[in-house]
Amino acid sequence: MAYSHAVTAPGFDEPVLQAQQVFRALLTAQSQPGRIVKVDSVATLPPLYPATMALLLTLVDRDTPLWLDLSPSPWEAVSSHLRFHCGCPIVTAPFDAAFAVLSRPEKMPDFSAFSLGSDECPDRSTTLIIQVETLLEHRGRRWAGPGIADARRVHVAELPEHFWRQWRNNHALFPRGVDVIFTQADHLLALPRSVHVAEDN
Amino acid sequence: MNPVTEPTLPGYNFAYLDEQTKRMIRRALLKAVAIPGYQAPFGSREMPLPYGWGTGGIQVTASILGPNDVLKVIDQGADDTTNAVSIRRFFARTAGVRTTEKVAEATVIQTRHRIPEQPLRDHQILVYQVPIPEPLRFMEPRETETRKMHALQEYGVMHVKLYEDIARYGRIAHAYDYPVLVNGRYVMKPSPIPKFDNPKMDRMPALQLFGAGREKRIYAVPPYTSVKSLDFEDYPFEIQRWNQCCALCGAADSFLDEVVIDDRGGRMFVCSDTEYCHSRRAALPRGARESGS
Repeated sequence: MAYSHAVTAPGFDEPVLQAQQVFRALLTAQSQPGRIVKVDSVATLPPLYPATMALLLTLVDRDTPLWLDLSPSPWEAVSSHLRFHCGCPIVTAPFDAAFAVLSRPEKMPDFSAFSLGSDECPDRSTTLIIQVETLLEHRGRRWAGPGIADARRVHVAELPEHFWRQWRNNHALFPRGVDVIFTQADHLLALPRSVHVAEDN
Repeated sequence: MNPVTEPTLPGYNFAYLDEQTKRMIRRALLKAVAIPGYQAPFGSREMPLPYGWGTGGIQVTASILGPNDVLKVIDQGADDTTNAVSIRRFFARTAGVRTTEKVAEATVIQTRHRIPEQPLRDHQILVYQVPIPEPLRFMEPRETETRKMHALQEYGVMHVKLYEDIARYGRIAHAYDYPVLVNGRYVMKPSPIPKFDNPKMDRMPALQLFGAGREKRIYAVPPYTSVKSLDFEDYPFEIQRWNQCCALCGAADSFLDEVVIDDRGGRMFVCSDTEYCHSRRAALPRGARESGS
């Protein structure tokens, strides 16, 4: 397989401080599910949003196999960029991935294609980074669970019909299951497996 | 007192740990938050102080800390004991962060064996130093078995342990590190905090992170998560009570330490949370302050 060695975009300007800021924003999002947080803008490659790229630069390295749902041409550019900046193995089977980037949620595979962890080691599951077009607070489905004082309403656009049905199964598997981080431009929103999402809008 | 800054040491990465280690710990923290009460394994590093001095808590703090954070460190409630002073200076020097003794000013609070008396808020993070993270360890020494017991929610032995206390002493005699059930799923050790502090963990607005360096485990309780101390219907969970108030500030609602003050059996009870005690005394009128101390 041939790929370009040319580095097409820079990573973080200040790797130590920016990685810390992105992580803290994500930690806030993960511990307060349904809360949209903003991260500092970072150079990216299409079709990845700056927030997606920032998450990858912060979390991914040689220990974390990554799976990308991109079509061949962006796949090559993004893979070579991430191999250079993060040194991560890029895998072709979603099940092997610690992190997966889903840029086309309407075509996303079932959750069962990813690693769900085991009852003994539920932490060995895939974290899905899903790019969507709209994230809105205070409307939409009702989220409840750890990190949420009472309930939060969150609207995530462009998800396929079966996503929330799959989410109900994913939540029922607790403590197994995938965790999801939604990104939109330079915003992100976390949906850890502990969160219950009500059916009604 | 305003937050303090110290000159930083050259030659170290920000907050001491290398970036690869921080990423590994950060990933473990995210899993720990997603599975409240589950002990996520992590590759604990050698730290420039021995195990038992808070290496787990320090590694968690080092991985979350940023230049804008204000750090408070307490050891058994006190800001001015050896462990607290040295950890505070460690981060002041390696991360250049401001440090404080005031709960309200702090964004990150690292603690050994106490939760501050003043309620925490939702932008704050409480980092616990944990010696033994596994609540089932003294009943079942094999890690392979305790993992299975957590997986199957097989927590009967924990209740047997508490029941044995009742059979022997007529009450549950655990006074600290009292086991809790997190989010109705995982039994968790809250680290050796007095059971007096257990109710503060329940639906706490702040994020609680636990680091065990020697045992290489990280676990977490997200904000507003149910944390229930294990008990029986006929022997409900109770916290310690004292007949005395704090001899210095008069607080009747805080955890008291018994202090021997001479060699003739003299003793007094004072707040274990020194900052709480100081701020209460500072608020007292001058005359009352003098007669109180």
